[in-house]
Amino acid sequence: MSSERDHRSDGNDGTTVNGNDPTADGVTDAALERAGGTGEAIARRRGMFGANNGSDTTGYGGLTRTVRMPGASARPYGGYFDEVADELEGALEEQGLDPAHAVEKTVVDRGEITFHIAREHLLQVVRTLRDDPALRFELCLGVSGVHNPHDTGRELHAVYHLRSLTHGRLVRLEVSVPEADPHLPSVVAVYPTNDWHEREAYDFFGLVFDDHPALTRIMMPDDWQGFPQRKDYPLGGIPVEYKGAQIPAPDQRRSYS
Amino acid sequence: MTTHATRPAEPRETTEGPVYTVTGGDWDEITQAAAERADDERIVVNMGPQHPSTHGVLRLILEIDGETVTEARAGIGYLHTGIEKNLEYRTWTQGTTFVTRMDYLTPFYNEAAYCLGVEKLLGITDDVPDRASVIRVLLMEINRISSHFVAIATGGMELGATTVMIYGFRDRELCLDLFELITGLRMNHAFIRPGGLAQDLPPGAIDALREFVRQMRKNLPEYDALCSGSPVFRARLKDVGYLDLAGCLALGATGPILRSAGLPHDLRKSDPYCGYENYDFEVPTTDTCDSFGRFLLRLEEIEQSLRIIEQCMERLEPGPVMVGDKKIAWPAQLALGPDGLGNSLDHIKNIMGTSMEALIHHFKLVTEGFRVPPGQVYTAVESPKGELGVHLVSDGGTRPYRVHFRDPSFTNLQSMAAMCEGGMVADVIVAVASIDPVMGGVDR
Repeated sequence: MSSERDHRSDGNDGTTVNGNDPTADGVTDAALERAGGTGEAIARRRGMFGANNGSDTTGYGGLTRTVRMPGASARPYGGYFDEVADELEGALEEQGLDPAHAVEKTVVDRGEITFHIAREHLLQVVRTLRDDPALRFELCLGVSGVHNPHDTGRELHAVYHLRSLTHGRLVRLEVSVPEADPHLPSVVAVYPTNDWHEREAYDFFGLVFDDHPALTRIMMPDDWQGFPQRKDYPLGGIPVEYKGAQIPAPDQRRSYS
Repeated sequence: MTTHATRPAEPRETTEGPVYTVTGGDWDEITQAAAERADDERIVVNMGPQHPSTHGVLRLILEIDGETVTEARAGIGYLHTGIEKNLEYRTWTQGTTFVTRMDYLTPFYNEAAYCLGVEKLLGITDDVPDRASVIRVLLMEINRISSHFVAIATGGMELGATTVMIYGFRDRELCLDLFELITGLRMNHAFIRPGGLAQDLPPGAIDALREFVRQMRKNLPEYDALCSGSPVFRARLKDVGYLDLAGCLALGATGPILRSAGLPHDLRKSDPYCGYENYDFEVPTTDTCDSFGRFLLRLEEIEQSLRIIEQCMERLEPGPVMVGDKKIAWPAQLALGPDGLGNSLDHIKNIMGTSMEALIHHFKLVTEGFRVPPGQVYTAVESPKGELGVHLVSDGGTRPYRVHFRDPSFTNLQSMAAMCEGGMVADVIVAVASIDPVMGGVDR
């Protein structure tokens, strides 16, 4: 998996190829470095103002921008992150699980640590995080879905935040699944609080949490079709007439890509 | 699930048994019909979503055996407005206008949590001026008072204690008057912005705040006399809605519910933001795990908030209320125009008349907004209801890529079943009121 991703990243060598890119405005050096080769490309944007359906008369048609999320970090992570990572790896090894299989990648960015977890090991990892005395993440703060439609094979993400009241720590777990097979284990058995949170993520993103006690829609009506917070879900807005002119629906308006 | 029964008491046959739709005072017919047909006492009652004592559009599904609730479930989603999705189609600054409407009783917490997240993504957390942080704390603490007053007032009303309701809303009105003076609006302020505040405190705000604190100190003992000291009130709330510490943590309940189980967890102490580490206040707890404990905690938290407000007034130093970075600071000056609040004409005249660059810059920042480097953050604040967390994802664009609010009402409402099952039907109302869910926050 990782070699395939590296290969893809190598293909894109910068944030933009066009020197006139207005997007460079206001982006700090640190941000450019963050967006540079070390990051992980999740999408590639072309043009500007959403003019990508044929006749582009904006003059911005040559622009491309590679969207890069912060990439894997190397040790030391700093702060309590190293201790958490060591304890987690040690505890997983004790249970006979190779940490490299469970934790695909560790990202430290903006003072927060993210463990990317393989979905088949999620349940064991959260149980360890909750029960190990040195970790003790008692409070799960729910799950948040993220949809990256252009990140092939890893379109849907489930993001968990865990808080340790004992140690005053916070970590993030991220699980990626393909849109074609959006299954991941439910953590309700470990954190009952995630019951409604997982129903919400299912309702809005179509993430299927296996072994959830009752995975039904929670916000939308029971017979609703589709998953509204996916990026490709049409908003269905209607144009609004204002002083004689038609203002398009929010998702139809031009935007800065 | 809609029914079109012309005669309400006529049962509709379903696979799960006969369904009666009650629209008026025909309970006698219903119970009689049910008693004739049913072979046991077990009845499933649908309470809400338009029921005056369910705290907004909350639907409670109660399976009752006589007067005892054997199973309780909550149906939510009636107030879902798609705010999280809407945010993906507006600039980062416009986002505050949306998030303030989520939990409409705690608008400043929504705004603060969101703006702290955007600032963390931008890496400008330390650049936010002190004065802006102090005013944020000030507004949040007034908001905590107003939210707790609504909790106490509506809770009292649902018990039939309408005097408590009148008192609570009377005092909340004083909070809203302050909001109106400072932000121009009683609700939905969009006053806290990424990088600082929309504008500074108006003249006379400090005097009004001092008067507010004085008045509050005078009014608060009335709640002790009316509620905490009343044997009827105590008897009604004590040991109702019981949830112990293990239950709270398993169900993710935070805020007064968690503190009523004896754990002094408060993000203002354990993970301070906006300079809360510099304020002197206490985190009250009780170990009763019940509705009465939560009521007492809310009263005590109001006292503590008053202490913080007094300290805010001492800490206010003259200075800017927005970051110096002109690429982020909204270049607007607001003034009262003929149509209410609007842009200052002098400021616009200055921009339009003296500097072409300023005009372009203004236009770009207002229409395009600023770009936020890619990445994700989680920021949380201690709202009156518990941990209000925001998960923000940026793809480097001018609009949020994904915003998720972990609203405390949503998570706390899950504990309703644990609090109510095995209790009396009438106690469901007390338990739900002690959770203090606001459906705007639950459904978003």
